[in-house]
Amino acid sequence: MSLTPKFLTLTAMSGGAGAGPRGPYMSFITDRNTNLLIRGGLLFSVGVFLALVLNLLQVQRNVTLFPPDVISSIFSSAWWVPPCCGTASAVIGLLYPCIDSRVGEPHRFKREWSSVMRCVAVFVGINHASAKVDFANNVQLSLTLAALSIGLWWTFDRSRRGFALGVAIALLATLTTQLLVYNEFFQYTSPDFLYIRSWLPCIFFAGVITMGNIGRQLALVRGGSEHLLMRSE
Amino acid sequence: MTLREQLRAKISAAFYHHGLLCASYPVPIILFTSASILTCCYPLLKLPLPGTGPVEFTTGVRDYSVPSHEPHGDQGERPDWYRGPPVAYIQQVLVKAAVSPWDSSLVPVDVFRSPLGQVFRLLEEIRNHVYSDSSGVRSLESLCLQVTDLFPGLRRMQTVLPEHGCLLVSPGNYWQNQRELFDSDPDLFKTIQKHEPKGLHTSATLRDLLFGVPGKYSGVSHYNKKRVVTYTITVVLLSYDARFLNSLRARLKQLHPSANCSLREDHMVHVHFKEEIGIAELIPLVTTYIILFAYIYFSTRKIDMVRSKWGLALAAVVTVLSSLLMSVGLCTLFGLTPTLNGGEIFPYLVVVIGLENVLVLTKSVVSTPVDLEVKLRIAQGLSNESWSIMKNMATELCIILIGYFTLVPAIQEFCLFAVVGLVSDFFLQMFFFTTVLSIDIRRMELADLNRRLPAEASLPQPKPVPLRTREAPPPPRPSPHTITLQTPAFRNLRLPKRLRVVYFLARTRLAQRIIMAGTVIWIGILVYTDPAGIRAYLAAQVSEQSPLGDPGVSGLSPHLAVAPVFAAGDPTSALNIHPAPDPTPVPENQSQGHHSSGRALPLPPLSHSVPQITWGAEDEEGWRRLSFRHWPSLFSYYNITLAKRYISILPVIPVSVHLSPQEAIETRHPHDTRHRPPLIPKVSADLQTDLTLYKVAALGLAAGVLLVLLLFCLYRVLCPRNYGQNGAAHGRRRRGDLPCDDYGYSPPVSEISPLLLRGHSMDIECLASDGMLLASCCLAGQIRVWDAQTGDCLTVIPKHSSSGCWEQREGLDGLSREPEEEDYFPLRRRASPSRLALFTDQPDLTPLIDTNFTSQPPSHLSTPPKEGFDYGSLVERAYTEHEPPSPSSYPCASSASSSPSSAAQPQRRLSVGDGGGASSQERGSGSGSQAAADWESSVWAMELRGNLIAAGRSSGKLEVGLWDAVEGSLRCRNEDGVSGITALAFLNNRIVAARLNGSLDFFTVEINKPLALLQYRGAPGQGSMPPSPCYTSEDVISCQLTRSVQCAHQKPITVLRAAAGRVVTGSQDHTVRVYRLEDSCCLFTLQGHSGGITAIYIDQTMVLASGGQDGAICLWDVLTGSRVSHVYGHRGDVTSLVCTTSCVISSGLDDLICIWDRSTGIKLYSIQQDMGCGASLGVISESLLVTGGQGCVSFWDLNFGDLLQTVYLGQSSDSQVVRQLLVLDNAAIVCDFGSELSLVYVPSVLEKLD
Repeated sequence: MSLTPKFLTLTAMSGGAGAGPRGPYMSFITDRNTNLLIRGGLLFSVGVFLALVLNLLQVQRNVTLFPPDVISSIFSSAWWVPPCCGTASAVIGLLYPCIDSRVGEPHRFKREWSSVMRCVAVFVGINHASAKVDFANNVQLSLTLAALSIGLWWTFDRSRRGFALGVAIALLATLTTQLLVYNEFFQYTSPDFLYIRSWLPCIFFAGVITMGNIGRQLALVRGGSEHLLMRSE
Repeated sequence: MTLREQLRAKISAAFYHHGLLCASYPVPIILFTSASILTCCYPLLKLPLPGTGPVEFTTGVRDYSVPSHEPHGDQGERPDWYRGPPVAYIQQVLVKAAVSPWDSSLVPVDVFRSPLGQVFRLLEEIRNHVYSDSSGVRSLESLCLQVTDLFPGLRRMQTVLPEHGCLLVSPGNYWQNQRELFDSDPDLFKTIQKHEPKGLHTSATLRDLLFGVPGKYSGVSHYNKKRVVTYTITVVLLSYDARFLNSLRARLKQLHPSANCSLREDHMVHVHFKEEIGIAELIPLVTTYIILFAYIYFSTRKIDMVRSKWGLALAAVVTVLSSLLMSVGLCTLFGLTPTLNGGEIFPYLVVVIGLENVLVLTKSVVSTPVDLEVKLRIAQGLSNESWSIMKNMATELCIILIGYFTLVPAIQEFCLFAVVGLVSDFFLQMFFFTTVLSIDIRRMELADLNRRLPAEASLPQPKPVPLRTREAPPPPRPSPHTITLQTPAFRNLRLPKRLRVVYFLARTRLAQRIIMAGTVIWIGILVYTDPAGIRAYLAAQVSEQSPLGDPGVSGLSPHLAVAPVFAAGDPTSALNIHPAPDPTPVPENQSQGHHSSGRALPLPPLSHSVPQITWGAEDEEGWRRLSFRHWPSLFSYYNITLAKRYISILPVIPVSVHLSPQEAIETRHPHDTRHRPPLIPKVSADLQTDLTLYKVAALGLAAGVLLVLLLFCLYRVLCPRNYGQNGAAHGRRRRGDLPCDDYGYSPPVSEISPLLLRGHSMDIECLASDGMLLASCCLAGQIRVWDAQTGDCLTVIPKHSSSGCWEQREGLDGLSREPEEEDYFPLRRRASPSRLALFTDQPDLTPLIDTNFTSQPPSHLSTPPKEGFDYGSLVERAYTEHEPPSPSSYPCASSASSSPSSAAQPQRRLSVGDGGGASSQERGSGSGSQAAADWESSVWAMELRGNLIAAGRSSGKLEVGLWDAVEGSLRCRNEDGVSGITALAFLNNRIVAARLNGSLDFFTVEINKPLALLQYRGAPGQGSMPPSPCYTSEDVISCQLTRSVQCAHQKPITVLRAAAGRVVTGSQDHTVRVYRLEDSCCLFTLQGHSGGITAIYIDQTMVLASGGQDGAICLWDVLTGSRVSHVYGHRGDVTSLVCTTSCVISSGLDDLICIWDRSTGIKLYSIQQDMGCGASLGVISESLLVTGGQGCVSFWDLNFGDLLQTVYLGQSSDSQVVRQLLVLDNAAIVCDFGSELSLVYVPSVLEKLD
């Protein structure tokens, strides 16, 4: 009797065999595509919104200077900044869950919306600090922001690939900004690190973590829709 | 009882009563709260929007030069806006005029008529002043700001404001600067009042503009006891010419010397105005707020069991926002304007503190027993948390008080804000949020009641009802609300980790403590970095104490205090400020002159005769007392904006005018004497003149105390002492009485009493159900069939049933059939003794069990031929044959008296002993030798479909038994196999048996109906499932082996599942195989696990999931045989696997329940359970998960992972673990519980989720 399977008859089996496979494959695929589109759109709008708000902070404090004719345009920033930020955030927000699923090891730390909102709030706070708080010198400011960004990652992400991706994207974005400033698309009032402010990578890093967090959460909500998505490996 | 405990009890009682009050009178309290919020926010109207306050910068007059546009290298302390010339220079001539000595013959109008008349002479003087030197002649015309038209919208002000000329503003503008108009004006006061806006006015009014001082300081009123009229002539200059201004100053001083005036004239104040409405600045702040409120929402969303989460989230937002507004409003009322810094810090403080209390309150209230009345629940919830709330409140206030006594202005300001904010937050939580919560819970209860009513209307009578009919099952049994579970003192709750975190936060109030610590540290840092404040304070202390102290030093202390501390017009303090006091100091009696007026005495004659014109420090910069918007509004009348620009305010020119009574009488208008205003009582007049801020505050305090007393009295009068506590001395339970978890929170007490089905002697091994019936088999081999609706035991099939006798049993009275057969009595009483012995605490269900067989439904009555079959002798023979192996451990109940002596017995015997009995008799005769072999084997697998039970035995035999309402009989048997049947699947008319040796047998059940027509039994509540065929007892059922796959697996088959025309087997050889049911053809062999397969799930939608001993879970595509995803979730075996449309739920040997997203394979969350509890799972609906635990089943919300309810199955339950769990169609749950079965109806509370 040692082999007696004790837990076998757990599930009430539904009788009858009638129902065949459900839905053609196309519907799954289109579902998945619309799903991606919706997520991308949401992330884009979040990115645009954050870019507008945070830019406002920077412009108010005269941290960034845009050419004078642009200032009069919408929301006192160049037209190309919000779309760029939006696109970047959409890409990042889709990249994170994608990488998660590629690795096969799901991200399982703090998957809930209130935590995501907290993350966004902290991100805005970091921006506040970078724009509004008067620090003694730039090194102190940059160090503080770096510590805050790492803290953000530790509090809300804690995954190694998240960190790696964040650092990579932050470096890339810093490089892009440097190129932009070098080509005089805009400038910083008091650059202290190769045309830009030294705290910029920290802000980018925090932003990547935040957008990744939002993207993962969105993937959770949207992904668990009707069907099991048929994916061939 | 210590003092602390007494205090605690009192606070708890107070909160309890408060909760009752709030829940009893929700509407008045909400109205009251809203009114107080609005009242407290009213002063905010006067406040400019954040960030629009003007910024000042002071320079000396002597070396003043217009700042250049270009920033110099060394800016020093200059602000960056101080560049270029200002918009204008403001030169104010401050005139104080009085009629002196005052004559009793004068009428009140004389106080201001002749002094105001002086303005025209002064205006003349200023206009005509000319300064000439070598560089040329300069007059006012050349220097002043020339204005053109008024702003188009202000036509009505054309008569009073200058146009097309110098911007020169004085009270004379009321009369177009013409003395004649002034003299002929019968009522000056009316002229002045004419232009005042009606109703509320908050920004600069015309009167303020023209007088240049705030209205109450101007002295133009009938009740002016000081009899000094103050006004200014404001000259707006475009360019600055020091010499012209100096000569003007000298000229005016010479004309009207001010004897005791010592105003400083060496400072020029530049005022920079920001943008009018800084929306751009507000946006980030507002964004922060939005994010924070979203955070609040997502946090409050976690709180379940409330009617509308949106409503509560809104209430939380309103609470926090209003407390912020109230604190700012109150502080403004008392003359404290918030600096930007405080405004940015404070929201965070309030939000965090407010959120925690709100969470704690809601949780506490929600976790009170559901069956209580709403107000009692509110009261209990409040009183449970009262002590911690009060303690935290007191601690915070203490810290803030300590901060306040550092006497550093910045800290004091912050502390003031913090105190007011905390108190208002507390107030709102207590009144507003609690009331909203009570309304919410009441609404929930109402909705609950509505939903419950129909169910209770259809509650079946407890009387004996007709026999259970398979065709028309009784309606789902409503949960018995009257039975409350006896709750032990302490129970372990299995909570999700996240909830534990929330509980932990709420319990320890971590955030609050961190903030408190932060505040202390911050104050410490401020004290450390600002030693000047402390030093000055210490110096002041020392100087006060030492007799040799220089009185001049004590003048420093007013600097440290808050601005309103300055007593208005106190000359001593004003004079003491200056290091070199006036050589001719003011006589002491003069300062007494208006101080004594506060007394309710007739005015002293001295002050009667000499109204004194005094000059104090407050006159030095009198414009500070004006509204923020004074200058911007003056300039905006001429379409000049001051936004982002600055103006320079020059030192005022003091002018004192003393008029003799003679002059005053001369300038009188004939109307003035005719109707003098009625004298109002002196006392009130005195009060009105001299009410200081402190007196207002004292009065306010007194009024507040009075209000509280009044409310208390009202409360006592209006409210009965006990709010319908139904005679019970204490309707609430103390915390200790409730089952608590480690964190001190009580779960809602379950109102569900599980129905225990008893009868098995040993642990239950197999459990099968088809929704209507329930079959269980225990280790002893006994099979019992139960009605899944009512829980009645319908049939007992003893272990030796292969002999042909499937014992039938009818409730408790089965033994009264043959009372003479004393020998067999114990055996046949198998079910009832244990029931009698154990069911002492359970409702006696015996009346429910139907014994009236005369009223059988037609389907049974129509069962053809009723043979006169001697059933009794058959049973007797069977028992004599198998008496030795029967378990004899049952105590013999003393009597069978509990059974009703039914007159219908013979008939029943006839009716039950039908064809089934006959067939069993045939078999039974030849199966005597078989019995010994059967005895060795036990049932390993069992399935129930229609009314056929398929049982697979360890000996390899497959038995198919027939069951109908009254009979259990073995209909066919297949003894082909040798290896034990480990798993069975019964689908349509096919039975699949998996065997220990890895072979798979497909059987077909064939029914030959004599009537040739299959009756279909309706499958209630299951639209998707084809109805199972109904086998009646006269059918000949045969079970044929159609195909046997000998080597389906290399190793024993552990799992077998069938659905959607597929049979899926999982084996210990690490593979999963998919077979087609029709032709037994193997479709796929799925490889991917690195351990034996332990769990498989397949459903109608062809979702296949498998879990193995390696802890991995694989999702497969049944159509292509490809692996969709592969995740590792458990350490150790996966014991159970269930899917919903959106997620996969797995449980493992590590007692973890993991919820995975079905499409992405991402783990959503996991629930840690107690040791050995993780095996059984069931999904009731899309969002409702049920798990078996130690003596209980728990309901979880799948969306959030929240524990909804835990239902305890019994009392002595701690050692028993629920291993198997079946979810029936009527949302009931069957689980094994040791040797008992438990039928749990899903609590009605859970329906609220949808």
